[in-house]
Amino acid sequence: MPYPSYMQESVNKVAASREKRLHEEMPRIPVEKRQPVLSSFHPDFIKSGMRELLVGPNKGNRTPNELADLLEGNSRIDPAKINLEKPDFDVDVLVLGAGGGGGAAALIAQENGANVLIATKLRLGDANTVGAQGGTQAADRTDDSPSLHYLDTMGGARFTNNVKLVEALVKDAPDAIAWLESLGVNWDKNPDGSYHEVALAGEAVPRCHCAKDYTGLECMRVVRDEIRCRNINHIEFAPAIELILDDKGHAAGAVLVNLETNEITIVKAKAVVMATGGIGRLHVQGFPTTNHYGATADGLVMAYRAGCPLVDIDTMQYHPTCAAYPIAILGQLVTEKVRGVGAQVVNIDGEQFAHPLEPRDMLAACIIRECTERNKGIPTPTGQIGVWLDSPRIDLLHGKGTVEKELPAMVRQFQRFGIDITKEPMLIYPALHYQNGGIKIEPNGATPIPGLFAGGECEGGVHGKNRLGGNSTLDIWVFGRRAGRSAAEYVKTAKVGKLSLNHVNKWQDELKKAGLVEKRPVSPKILPDYARQPHDYLSGNVIDKIKPGSIKVA
Amino acid sequence: MSQTETKPTAKMIDIYLMGKKYKVPEGLTIMTAMEYCGYRLIRGVGCRSAFCGACGTVYNFKDDPALRFALACQKLIEPEMCLTQIPFFPASKPSYDINKMEATGDQLLKIYPDFIKCYGCNTCTKACPQDLDVIGYMSAAIRGDLKAVTEKSFDCLMCGLCAARCAQGLVPYNIALLSRRLCAKHLSKIPEQTKKRIAEINAGKYDDEIHEMQKMSVEQMTKKYNERKIHEE
Repeated sequence: MPYPSYMQESVNKVAASREKRLHEEMPRIPVEKRQPVLSSFHPDFIKSGMRELLVGPNKGNRTPNELADLLEGNSRIDPAKINLEKPDFDVDVLVLGAGGGGGAAALIAQENGANVLIATKLRLGDANTVGAQGGTQAADRTDDSPSLHYLDTMGGARFTNNVKLVEALVKDAPDAIAWLESLGVNWDKNPDGSYHEVALAGEAVPRCHCAKDYTGLECMRVVRDEIRCRNINHIEFAPAIELILDDKGHAAGAVLVNLETNEITIVKAKAVVMATGGIGRLHVQGFPTTNHYGATADGLVMAYRAGCPLVDIDTMQYHPTCAAYPIAILGQLVTEKVRGVGAQVVNIDGEQFAHPLEPRDMLAACIIRECTERNKGIPTPTGQIGVWLDSPRIDLLHGKGTVEKELPAMVRQFQRFGIDITKEPMLIYPALHYQNGGIKIEPNGATPIPGLFAGGECEGGVHGKNRLGGNSTLDIWVFGRRAGRSAAEYVKTAKVGKLSLNHVNKWQDELKKAGLVEKRPVSPKILPDYARQPHDYLSGNVIDKIKPGSIKVA
Repeated sequence: MSQTETKPTAKMIDIYLMGKKYKVPEGLTIMTAMEYCGYRLIRGVGCRSAFCGACGTVYNFKDDPALRFALACQKLIEPEMCLTQIPFFPASKPSYDINKMEATGDQLLKIYPDFIKCYGCNTCTKACPQDLDVIGYMSAAIRGDLKAVTEKSFDCLMCGLCAARCAQGLVPYNIALLSRRLCAKHLSKIPEQTKKRIAEINAGKYDDEIHEMQKMSVEQMTKKYNERKIHEE
């Protein structure tokens, strides 16, 4: 499926301007000049896309409508019908989620003496982590420092981050890289044995450690293997649907549901680590997403209902470069590393219109402006619009073979559809990528609810209103490990009181008072529903209606 | 919203899901075609972008029984395609402690003693949706060349199709995983500079500088940020 002829005309213009663009550099937009562009073109600033929450700890705060619906949602369970007296599991630490954050938390908690149980929605390791391609930031070079990493991270988010969390992030970073290598992660290295590091957007020096463009996959498959090697107990296809507290209001476990049989499992735990990841499958404002099938904000919903405040939930990250063509891979991530190693963003006439390494919110806004106000985007046959990411410039800049060596996943991705990215540019457009905010935490991973810890994409504050590339995989390793360590420490003295779901009753009362019970869906969402309903006159699943005893045997 | 919405003008083609015929619009992947037919997936679906390996699958055609292999999230449907799901395939995964192991072929044999039973039929290679040289890395593993295994198997998604097809019941993707871990652990070193930086951080070398920035106003930080020197290629 090469480009149709009318798109090919623009591809030719991109090729024609490549030599001229080889040493042409667009100016970077200073921090104080970012806001007007963001206000006009970034989806976070479309007023109709958000609303104020009517109930809960963040009442009055704005958040995307799709998330607001779920945060204000009804519980999936009736506490009166659930027996908490005989838990199916009684453990020290329950980890909810098994991506990078949950995996790291589980390994560290276990090392620190805790009896750990992991519960996860899909398979062990199925998470946004595996799709992370670009790399992981850590300031370990002689021309770099954690202070500079701190400055880059703060500036990228227009100084909206929690400063103590950023300090923890940058100071733990080199150790996180070394820890992963000690587990058996193959980082890319230079011939002299030093790490091969790439500069992603907003980084003053090359700081991103990568494993080709399979960075997250390489880390996740090692962490997953280590969990199996250590025989850490884990239950797959069993998402949590509600936290359990004790009579003092401390986290004391969770209610899990078997996705295939609807069976409920009660887990009692002295501490719970929330590591449920992101939100992309809510398709905020109708955007396609780079995210995993299970990224539905479940952890935010459960923590919120239990009384835990959230931070920075008025901002989502739209990754500037995601596939816009072919339509079959619409929204799939085109890693920032493509720009990190030299690709420029180019319009229909083959002209650059923004520095390729602007922070993500800015570049996304610039691309949307180019396609809307300036009308210099390239329309596809299905009406989707996009701009070019000129990957062939990479080989021109660094020598033939660089694209194949640095970006094998991207090459393969587009080759499947007949596009050779070493010779042709990719058509890209922003897609929903990351939840900048999340559950409020302290630098040790503790939330305001005693016994509840959080690590990874489900927590917030680390990235403020805009995350830098290479800081999300860093976040999962830093705060996953911190949450695991803190939880293991906490359980040494924790005494669990009587298990309770009273907070769910209180929540439902609050919804009733606000008149929301009938208006809101049940949540957490658990999975998106992409199944087409062939008919609207058949309600529910036919199989539901055939229950034992309901069929009379003649 | 539905990912499977398509324009009503799309050409409809016949496909078979678990042997049952459906009409679906052209341009869908195997995964979105199943969703178009009304399936709500739980198993056999993951990242939906060719990284997690959850959706490795087989297919053939009504008049051509030869099996083909693909990731359901990437492969476009074609007329007369016969599709199924392979949501789970049992595969052996022993426990081991890589700290107490060596990066040698003998070591691999101790953990996976069956793998010398490989008789080189090459079915694993044909089954790989990443087009990896599976038989090539299995041969390298038998030779004890773990670096070659690492290089050749690096883009493995661990979808398990190689193990599903192996006549000898071997698990190439797990053997490759162990090889890669041993390589990183024992044939490579954490750079001295990185160790030095970790020690500096632990000694508090950067604390003052960071704490000073934490006290600055947004205006001061903005100035500092805009004036920082940016490394250019």
